[in-house]
Amino acid sequence: MHRRIDWPAHLVLLLGVALFAFPVWLVFAGATQDAGAINRGDLSLIPDFSHLGIFLSVLLHGYGEAGGHPAWRMLMISAGMALSIAIGKIVISMLSAYAVVFFRFPFRMAAFWTIFITLMLPVEVRIIPTYAVMADFHMIDSFAGLTVPLIASATATLLFRQVYLAIPDELVEAARMDGAGPIRFLFDMLIPVSSANMAALFVILFVYGWNQYLWPLLVATDPRLDTIVIGIVQLTFGGFTLTPWNTMMAMAVLAIVPPVVVVMAMQRWFVRGLAEVEK
Amino acid sequence: MDRRTIFGGRLLPIAFVLPQLLVTFLFFLLPAGKAIYGSFTRTDAFGLHTRFIGFANFVSLLDDAGYRAAFGRTAIFCALVTLLAMASALLFAVFADHEIRGRAIYRTLLIWPYAVAPAVSAVLWVFVMHPEVGIVGRELGRLGIHWDYTVNGAQALGLVIVASAWTQVSYNFVFYLAGLQSIPSSVIEAARMDGAGGFRRFRTIVLPLLMPTTFFLLIVNLVYAAFDTFGTIMALTRGGPGQATVTLVVKVYRDGVVNLDLAGSSAQSVILMLIVIGLTAVQFRFLGRRTIS
Repeated sequence: MHRRIDWPAHLVLLLGVALFAFPVWLVFAGATQDAGAINRGDLSLIPDFSHLGIFLSVLLHGYGEAGGHPAWRMLMISAGMALSIAIGKIVISMLSAYAVVFFRFPFRMAAFWTIFITLMLPVEVRIIPTYAVMADFHMIDSFAGLTVPLIASATATLLFRQVYLAIPDELVEAARMDGAGPIRFLFDMLIPVSSANMAALFVILFVYGWNQYLWPLLVATDPRLDTIVIGIVQLTFGGFTLTPWNTMMAMAVLAIVPPVVVVMAMQRWFVRGLAEVEK
Repeated sequence: MDRRTIFGGRLLPIAFVLPQLLVTFLFFLLPAGKAIYGSFTRTDAFGLHTRFIGFANFVSLLDDAGYRAAFGRTAIFCALVTLLAMASALLFAVFADHEIRGRAIYRTLLIWPYAVAPAVSAVLWVFVMHPEVGIVGRELGRLGIHWDYTVNGAQALGLVIVASAWTQVSYNFVFYLAGLQSIPSSVIEAARMDGAGGFRRFRTIVLPLLMPTTFFLLIVNLVYAAFDTFGTIMALTRGGPGQATVTLVVKVYRDGVVNLDLAGSSAQSVILMLIVIGLTAVQFRFLGRRTIS
């Protein structure tokens, strides 16, 4: 059967694609242009391919005269933060869901509800007291301070709990007949059955960790702990005589690429996982 | 939540829940408790005496015209961000659900912006809308429009709303697309046979079937707009010019971290907590679903 081309659909979708791609293309093109020209209002959508070296110089030397750190350092901090938070949340949530579902111990339900409550206490609503607590523990300006307080996760715990509850009793019985203890059961049974959920959670939590802004702003004033997101926002309010627009744009590109690559590479798990996490 | 088959042992499960409980207690419950305590007390300028003052911090907060203005501004901000982000996501999802060539590519190209940090998306918008440098902003000036969001409060608020919505569209798109795909094609087919036109089918069949998704997204988007847009606002306007883009979260930060008004910011924190608890309760009561955190 001959099918007509669905012009309205293509038109709307192309418009949507452009709406998102345009600003990113603009900063990519702008990064390769001269800061002075951009400052005069001559920012162009056509990249100057002979200046792609800007990305390397930002990576290795940062924004030079302004006295910043090389971008590779900030990228390492961001990556460290994103990975620690994603893996940390997955591990401690998996363990607590395992304990709550497969064991009986005093205050089991109290423990579950305590974890659940964190859902209602995002950092944004407890800025000052959290800072005070961090200062009491001497965790300001430390990598641990940047990551550990963020690894509690009610969402991940609830998700693992659901997955574990859905495992048939017969399967658990069979594993126990085979002589599997709790630790072996965890590694041979629970981790394999929930690997797709873990992959989905990983994408969501990696992006969550990478994109943090308020938390590092609050607890890490030491420039050596600047994430790429913190670094780039600082640059926009730098107060330079000649704003290094091209350097800023190169940094923006570097800040966007890693989480976008993770989402696109793991898109299938991500899309399915998002729906499951929210159920 | 009970299973028949369970493992014995008490120390092992306690060791398993302990890390999560410790983090929860130290970094969630303890600060929240401090905020509640701080909101009912006042400490003198030297930090020597703290006394209980009841609801006085809340009363002075509600007396403060600046706070009431921030409350109203946040409500308008949240409503517009939510409307913009959900309406455009629905539009894209409806067309991405059509059987067209290259739809997998379209989907990928509409999903990737999920990964862009709110603070970084704000920086992208600077290069588009900055009055001198921005590729669109400078053209507005050349056309004779007085565009300068660094001095014009209304323009600043508008820009912050658009930039905040921009980052949230992909998320909504994923859910609307999933919602559309779960509508059986036989239902749509039946309506077509009855002679319902495209828009009428959408309005009378598709939209009602998407209501659960819409309601769920409504709560998620309100929470996002109220709490997760701090980075976007700070990177674009820092709350300025003046108070033009100060939302409740930006105000807590300004009053607490910048101006060191601890009692006032504790009271503000408590009010924000009540708002989150309210929204979460609505979500669980009516949906049995939750947000990511």
